[in-house]
Amino acid sequence: MSAATPQAPAGKSPEGAPEHLTHAAGASVTMPPRGPEEQPRGPVIRPGRPVDQSGAAKRFMAAPQHLAMHDQRLWDLRQKRDRQMHGIEEWEELRQLASDIKMHTLTHLDHYLEEFERNALANGVKVHWAKDAGEHNSIVVDIMRSRGAKRLIKSKSMLTEECGFREYAAERGVEVIETDLGERIQQLDDEAPSHVVVPSVHKLRTDVAAVFARTLGTDPDNADANYLAEQQRETTRPLILSADAGMTGCNFAVAETGSVVVCTNEGNADLSANTTGLHIVSMGIEKLIPKLENLAVFVRLLSRSALGSPITQYTSHFRGPRKGGEMHIVLVDNGRTDRLGMEQFWTSLKCIRCGACMNTCPVFRRSGGLSYGATYAGPIGLIIDPTFNRHKYSTLPFASTMNGSCTNVCPVKINIHEQIAGWRKVLSENHEIPAFKKNMMKAAGAILSSPRLYRASLPLADSALRHLPRFIIYNRMNTWTRGREMPHTPRETFHQWYKRERGKDGKKGKGSNPSAKTGGDAS
Amino acid sequence: MRVGLFVPCYVDAFHPEVGQATLELLERFGLDVDYPFDQTCCGQPMTNTGCHEESRATEELFVKNFSEYDYIVAPSGSCVNQVRRNFTALEQTEEVTAVRAKTFELVEFLHDILKVDAFPWAEFPHKVALHNNCNALRGLSIASMSELRNERFSKPKDLLGKVRGLEFVDIARPDECCGFGGTFSVFEEGISSRMGQDKARDQARSGADYVTSSDSSCLMHQEGCARRLQLGQKYIHISQILNGSRA
Ligand code: SF4
Repeated sequence: MSAATPQAPAGKSPEGAPEHLTHAAGASVTMPPRGPEEQPRGPVIRPGRPVDQSGAAKRFMAAPQHLAMHDQRLWDLRQKRDRQMHGIEEWEELRQLASDIKMHTLTHLDHYLEEFERNALANGVKVHWAKDAGEHNSIVVDIMRSRGAKRLIKSKSMLTEECGFREYAAERGVEVIETDLGERIQQLDDEAPSHVVVPSVHKLRTDVAAVFARTLGTDPDNADANYLAEQQRETTRPLILSADAGMTGCNFAVAETGSVVVCTNEGNADLSANTTGLHIVSMGIEKLIPKLENLAVFVRLLSRSALGSPITQYTSHFRGPRKGGEMHIVLVDNGRTDRLGMEQFWTSLKCIRCGACMNTCPVFRRSGGLSYGATYAGPIGLIIDPTFNRHKYSTLPFASTMNGSCTNVCPVKINIHEQIAGWRKVLSENHEIPAFKKNMMKAAGAILSSPRLYRASLPLADSALRHLPRFIIYNRMNTWTRGREMPHTPRETFHQWYKRERGKDGKKGKGSNPSAKTGGDAS
Repeated sequence: MRVGLFVPCYVDAFHPEVGQATLELLERFGLDVDYPFDQTCCGQPMTNTGCHEESRATEELFVKNFSEYDYIVAPSGSCVNQVRRNFTALEQTEEVTAVRAKTFELVEFLHDILKVDAFPWAEFPHKVALHNNCNALRGLSIASMSELRNERFSKPKDLLGKVRGLEFVDIARPDECCGFGGTFSVFEEGISSRMGQDKARDQARSGADYVTSSDSSCLMHQEGCARRLQLGQKYIHISQILNGSRA
């Protein structure tokens, strides 16, 4: 994939020492393993089987350095975001405005798409329509082939990930070079991005050093960030400068001007768009906004929500081909029109891919983005992945406590946690939850709707019966105690206490001095 | 004013003292409090798992048990949130919508309906960290949320602030979910426990002697995590503090 010469010594143990010699003689405790902690990988995807998110999450949590770093990095972003929010008095109005603009656009999408196409054509841009990933991929590769272009440099785009574009292109002899640093790291490691804004956030510097050593021939023991960035730059620059075509994604497409706007911090969208005479833009049809003036609302929200910075370093507007060059825009549906028709879930199309919901999500921070086994991870992923493949992603809406923090940070006010609950219902109704779960819920429903059965299911004040009642534990395999202690079983239930103290009709002892029973002193 | 007391299933089974404290506390204000005998649960375990149909009969039973009261009060934000916002498996008759609208979480009820301004019997000379259940916080808005740029307020803090000797301590991530999440705590036990352990460590670092919350489910989970980690803080439901428990 990469033209760099792989020359790093592969698989050499850091000290070159056999395992047993790494312990100090006579030490009574096992020493932690020497060398950097290995990076946990995403789930193994089995054809026809739902993604095992929780299994992959457990592996991630079993790597303490990765877990701590990942949680802290993303939590820092969340805190920076909060600070930015406090700096803007009209923050909540901005969010409402952004949501309103998106709702309006999505409900008039046909109109704005036509307006956008008209204006883009007038600007000298070639416009292509792709109904799915396959069409998108073949359109782009055809454009390249017909112009004899072999090497494509591109800035980060989740849509091309969604389309599996890189693989498709590689199979057809088109070499793709990612120009975003994080995305380039992921490309070199042959691993999907784990986060929509910070694609390699799950990697320690030592992981990056290992990837670069393997693929770029850098010093495997040097994990200095500057060194690594510089090495990447040195090895990738020549490839960029000799590229034949450039591709960018699109953050916003303005209908009234026919222009596309890309926000980056590395300036690599400009690099990708302007280095060659051929610029191809991949954009989802939901990226539209009606007017240029609407852009201000989103620009104010995007980077503040994403990274807690007031604005991205670059906000690049591309309106037409440069002199003597070509500019193409590929408008991709790939399931978006279907999603637009889903009554409960269509507002997920408002998403501007800021990643704030991931940064705040306590499950995401502890499981890593790769664990979701999908292009879109974290809260937004839970509600859009099942639209691509309901069975494969049927486990994802359960990877949430539905705590609602995602909804609160979302700059376009998507009711993410409510949609997660909505998906659980859809999945349950369509037999996409495991039969054992469904059966437990049937049993729980039967027990909890019957006072008699419910009473019978409770643990007795018998210390031998120290297990949670069936309606809480749902199965005999008690998973509760793997990471926690059981609650103490009280001598009697509230119900029994009430019956004893107050009698069944509640008359006995009512109104007596309560302090006598609780030890409080009523004064 | 006739009040129906709802004692959620896990409170009934594991924390009867929370039901007792709630009952007695309400009675201190001269309310006529009933405990309908045939009550069970709010249906949350099923709804939470997406099984709304399986929850319907339980929801019906709830409505039947409580429709005659002026108010229904429960010492649990997540159960009240279920009744108020997620009781949708039922046909929305007048009776159902009325029950949903008059079901209150204890803190809300004391703060907004009774507008209690003093708990003269209450004294709690300890360092206390407050935990807001996510449903109580983001569903019922019992306090302002760190993600939103709104005016700061906290109903539980208002109430606890009236307790003699009580000293608040702050934890580093006050609004972070503790990972209980209903059936999540069982089906996704790995992440759930980890989140609970992180929460318990945060509480321990804050120097809290006690952690309190208006939700027993979170407390039960957090306490289990803290005990596993052998951390020293204790857990107590807000109703117990407000009712005059000293420890
Ligand atoms: S759902 Fe909202 S918070 Fe999440 S990435 Fe999209 S816009 Fe950002």
